[in-house]
Amino acid sequence: MSDTPSDNSKRTWLIASGCAGAIGAGFTAVPFVSSFSPSEKAKAAGAAVEADISAIKPGEKMTVEWRGKPVWIVRRTPEQVAELPKNDALLADPESKRKQDELTPVYARNEGRSIKPEYLVVVGICTHLGCSPSDKFQAGPQPSLPDNWPGGFLCPCHGSTFDLAGRVYKNKPAPDNLEVPPHTFLSDTRLLIGEDKKA
Amino acid sequence: MAEFKEISPNASAGAKLTNWMENRFPTAFDAYRVHMSEYYAPKNFNFWYVFGSLSLLVLVIQIVTGIFLVMHYKPDAALAFASVEYIMRDVPWGWLIRYMHSTGASAFFIVVYLHMFRGLLYGSYRKPRELVWIFGCAIFLCLMAEAFMGYLLPWGQMSYWGAQVIVNLFAAIPFVGPDLALLIRGDYVVSDATLNRFFSFHVIAVPLVLLGLVVAHLLALHDVGSNNPDGVEIKGPKAPKDANGKPLDGVPFHPYYTVHDIYAVSVFLMVFTAVIFFAPEASGYFLEANNFIPADPFKTPLHIAPVWYFTPYYSMLRATTDVMVNVLSGIIALGTLGALWKVRMANVLKGALVIVAVVAIVLLKTFDAKFWGVVVMGGAVMVLFTLPWLDRSPVKSIRYRPSWHKYVYAVFVLFFVVLGYLGIQPPSDMGTIIAQTGTLYYFGFFLLMPWWSRLGEPKPVPDRVTFAAH
Repeated sequence: MSDTPSDNSKRTWLIASGCAGAIGAGFTAVPFVSSFSPSEKAKAAGAAVEADISAIKPGEKMTVEWRGKPVWIVRRTPEQVAELPKNDALLADPESKRKQDELTPVYARNEGRSIKPEYLVVVGICTHLGCSPSDKFQAGPQPSLPDNWPGGFLCPCHGSTFDLAGRVYKNKPAPDNLEVPPHTFLSDTRLLIGEDKKA
Repeated sequence: MAEFKEISPNASAGAKLTNWMENRFPTAFDAYRVHMSEYYAPKNFNFWYVFGSLSLLVLVIQIVTGIFLVMHYKPDAALAFASVEYIMRDVPWGWLIRYMHSTGASAFFIVVYLHMFRGLLYGSYRKPRELVWIFGCAIFLCLMAEAFMGYLLPWGQMSYWGAQVIVNLFAAIPFVGPDLALLIRGDYVVSDATLNRFFSFHVIAVPLVLLGLVVAHLLALHDVGSNNPDGVEIKGPKAPKDANGKPLDGVPFHPYYTVHDIYAVSVFLMVFTAVIFFAPEASGYFLEANNFIPADPFKTPLHIAPVWYFTPYYSMLRATTDVMVNVLSGIIALGTLGALWKVRMANVLKGALVIVAVVAIVLLKTFDAKFWGVVVMGGAVMVLFTLPWLDRSPVKSIRYRPSWHKYVYAVFVLFFVVLGYLGIQPPSDMGTIIAQTGTLYYFGFFLLMPWWSRLGEPKPVPDRVTFAAH
């Protein structure tokens, strides 16, 4: 480095133009970072879907696609519905009080988390890290499940378990119950997923 | 400008060409001397020291095979799976190039884990090599990103659901998480947009950063000089040197260690090619069976697990349940009480400590265990960066540490392997308890190192490296 004293007025201009350049660079970064967010096309692909549920037999499940995610429609048997309150003590959030706005619409804030006790409609994506849980409707002891298993869902990724109302069991990695999507019955056999009746 | 060197007109054509070049591009000749022919490395290197060169070799294999794969691969959710099968079946020798790349990924982690363990054994991260270690940790982090994003590209079931799980890890971060995950995916689910950007990162962005870090790692290493199994400095002020100032305990990297490393390369390539030809999937450890099924966004495979090199950290993620969070809160409370009772400090500090502990416990209980699982997983990698400041042992090398330190290291390695094994297995109650114990040991090993590394009587460290001529 030279020993001659620097010209302070030039130094000030250097700093000022450096700052101006940094601000410009910051603004230039905006379009690049914005390009990471979902495109208009991706945003548009979110319409409601209709499902014909007449073919589901009691104790069976059908899956429909809504916003790229699987939505399950489970037709519970009367015995399965009657079993639900017995799970309450083992569940993390039996009354679906957590994140109600996101997970449980007003009409599903009940024991069965459903409009009709017979039909459970939930998004089949685990609230832990987004795997799709598998059906474990068969009650009784089986691998990765407790011996008094009443029937429900098991997430294969991290072992979270849900009952037949999509409610998560205590002390499992998943923090929340499965999401109940907005839905409404158009008739006894036709279900609309993605929209509900505006009150 | 450097002085122009004249050469005798009677010199050979080769010597004349060399002279012509050196006069016009002296930097290259200087670099050769500084990094090869006059880079003095300790003469007592053992086999642990081959893994650095081997990881450079694997990096080259990955770059070259990657360039050829990109010529045939299609980064499109509708075409990706089929294009990989096209490479495997129709492209001449495509299967070999693809298996070299997929086996190379696992080989990379094998040599890098061994390379890191060598550093741990001989204290290679200690002053003045902290930055060498930090650049190395950054390389490890880049490698993880590279491997993760590369695994999405075949668009198989494991690709899809693996990416789904890992991207959702980011969504667990309070407040900004969901938006961050959206920004990473570029869609509300893992989709074509995600595949395209991961392709871009995998082939351009991360490799560029990786190469830059490798250069920084090597330059910093060659500035401070290599450590050795004795942890004795060969270039320090007290180290013996010859009349020209060359360290007596060092040998030029070229030809001594180039030959040493070429031998290791031969052995490595025998194993590497054997895997490629006879077990390219390694029974599902290098390429998982489920990844030969095209991605299906509606059906998670019954058992999903990351590739083996991520499983130790994945186990820690799974081990962080509500019970584990309570245990962590308890440990913080006990640790604070212990510090208040045993350690002499000012009342202000005591107050600050209590406040920090209370805040930590409140935060632990406020946010979901899911978030803390992500913190534990990330922390397990991040804690490596701080290692140079955690180790307070008066000696560098394991050779001169109290003998019981070896058991501490052995248990650490054992737990790391067990965590890796459990991460491959389906979740079970017993497995979770073992994984929780392993996680606590892993963090205890690092975070309590400032205390345990000082305990015990170190053995006398020799003035010069121990070396038997051979």
